[in-house]
Amino acid sequence: MTLPLLLFFVFGAVAVAAALLMIFVRQPIHSALCLVLVMISLAALYLLQGAEFIAAVQVIVYAGAIMVLFVFVIMLLNAGNEERTNFSKMAKYIGLPLSILMTAGIAIWVARAGSVLASPQHAPDTAEPTRELSQLLFHTYLFPFEATSILVLIAIIGALVLAKRDS
Amino acid sequence: MEFVSQHPVLVVSIIKIAVLLFVLMTALAYLTWFERKVVARIQSRLGPLYVGAHGLLQPLADGLKFLFKEDVTPPASDKVAYLLAPFLALTLALTTLALIPFGPATFNILGQPTQLGISNPSLGLLFVFAITSIGVYGVALAGWSSNSKYPLMGGLRSSAQMISYEVSLTLSVVGVVLLAGTLNFDDLIGAQSGRWLHFIPRWNVIPQIIGFFCYFTSAIAETNRVPFDLPEAETELVAGFHTEYSSFKFAMFFMAEYANMITVSCLATILFLGGWLSPLSSHWRWPLYLPAAGLLIGGAFLLYDALARNRGIARIQLTVVSAIALVFGLLCLIPAVMVVIQGLFWFLLKVGALIFFYVWARGTLPRFRYDQLMDFGWKFLLPVSLANLVVTAFVVLVLNR
Repeated sequence: MTLPLLLFFVFGAVAVAAALLMIFVRQPIHSALCLVLVMISLAALYLLQGAEFIAAVQVIVYAGAIMVLFVFVIMLLNAGNEERTNFSKMAKYIGLPLSILMTAGIAIWVARAGSVLASPQHAPDTAEPTRELSQLLFHTYLFPFEATSILVLIAIIGALVLAKRDS
Repeated sequence: MEFVSQHPVLVVSIIKIAVLLFVLMTALAYLTWFERKVVARIQSRLGPLYVGAHGLLQPLADGLKFLFKEDVTPPASDKVAYLLAPFLALTLALTTLALIPFGPATFNILGQPTQLGISNPSLGLLFVFAITSIGVYGVALAGWSSNSKYPLMGGLRSSAQMISYEVSLTLSVVGVVLLAGTLNFDDLIGAQSGRWLHFIPRWNVIPQIIGFFCYFTSAIAETNRVPFDLPEAETELVAGFHTEYSSFKFAMFFMAEYANMITVSCLATILFLGGWLSPLSSHWRWPLYLPAAGLLIGGAFLLYDALARNRGIARIQLTVVSAIALVFGLLCLIPAVMVVIQGLFWFLLKVGALIFFYVWARGTLPRFRYDQLMDFGWKFLLPVSLANLVVTAFVVLVLNR
């Protein structure tokens, strides 16, 4: 077994285990930390595919910015352990079978497409994917990209307006 | 032996990691000594004096003391996060240094050409920012998991501060990246080689002086040092986020703080001060002898100090230290070593100067108030670094046309 393949299994296992833990752990901060771990192991998987830029951005944006905000809010609210209820009837008879069906569907799809996914499209070249990505973002899809950023700005201003309303 | 021949890169990396870790840990320990001595001088005191000659064994004594203190875990704390926080802080602080190149020279270990640095990815700068951006968790978790009000306040303050200043830190660096057009540390330093008017080095400090100011100010805030050490303001918050930590867990936070200082100074050296490039002209031959001369003169002075002014154990200790300095000085005279050591010498000299600046600031400046700190970050530093970025981008665009 080659080293990259071994690392793939290690980080894949960590990602899956952390994702499961995130759901089953009862303390919200622990859940958030598990989510951070998922993000970081996903970044490691990107790195194994040779996508250095995406890996770094994944860590900076998700683990370093968004999840910090989550942890911050949970800390400020001082949220206690989450309460568990027994499954409702809806969840038991519809939700559970549906989710199992969906997982099975995805598994079958991945297994069929596996031969395509397993073979890398091109050799990991470090500088070129970043260049391609920036070409796409700042040339081909410049307008949607800028429109999205304005949308985010509007959302931030909206949140400020809503928060300031009381005072 | 077969394993070595099969995986030369892996083995060489592990050797380099071990060496770097050893050097780094010693440097961290003696950085505390250096800081205490310098601050003592600024305040007209003598600093550590009794443990060993000139207090040279003080770091060792401190380390032993940390190891043998009782390790208290507050009963109401969140055990997992409480244990995780110091490990996270120290690990992330040390990991960043794996990406720093300390010198240009390639040399051979086990028939494998290597660099003075552990790893050199093409997006080095981005990876450093990725690792430092997770560094907030160590502090935030420490504050929250202690389940006590001073640590919580300290942790919240410090994470808010780190997030705020990270913005201007990153923006101030983008100017340099635009000038060099790369994120790789080697290329970033290479872009600074050459001279203006044949004698001024083309370092980024000169065109990016505003960027350097923004970077270093936010770096001090990012590492929670005076005058931005609000998270651990003793008069208000006892010891801030690490109030409830004792024994070696406290020492880990302490080491993480100093490791962060080193990382930030290394980055400033690479980005703005030309990394391992020498400020002196390459036509001269005498700068090649500078590292050796420095070590030999220093060693000789120490030897004089040991024999003329000290007695007993202190005399033996100082003689040993001076002997080490003299041996290294003589080693630096060997032509092969001399070439390898040049880059390292200038790099460490610049990093040392920046760290001295840090300590100087600590000895001189009073602490900010919290609202002043936030105002300074968001209303002054951020606009200035943004303006610097826009102007730099404009100039680069015009010059490239």
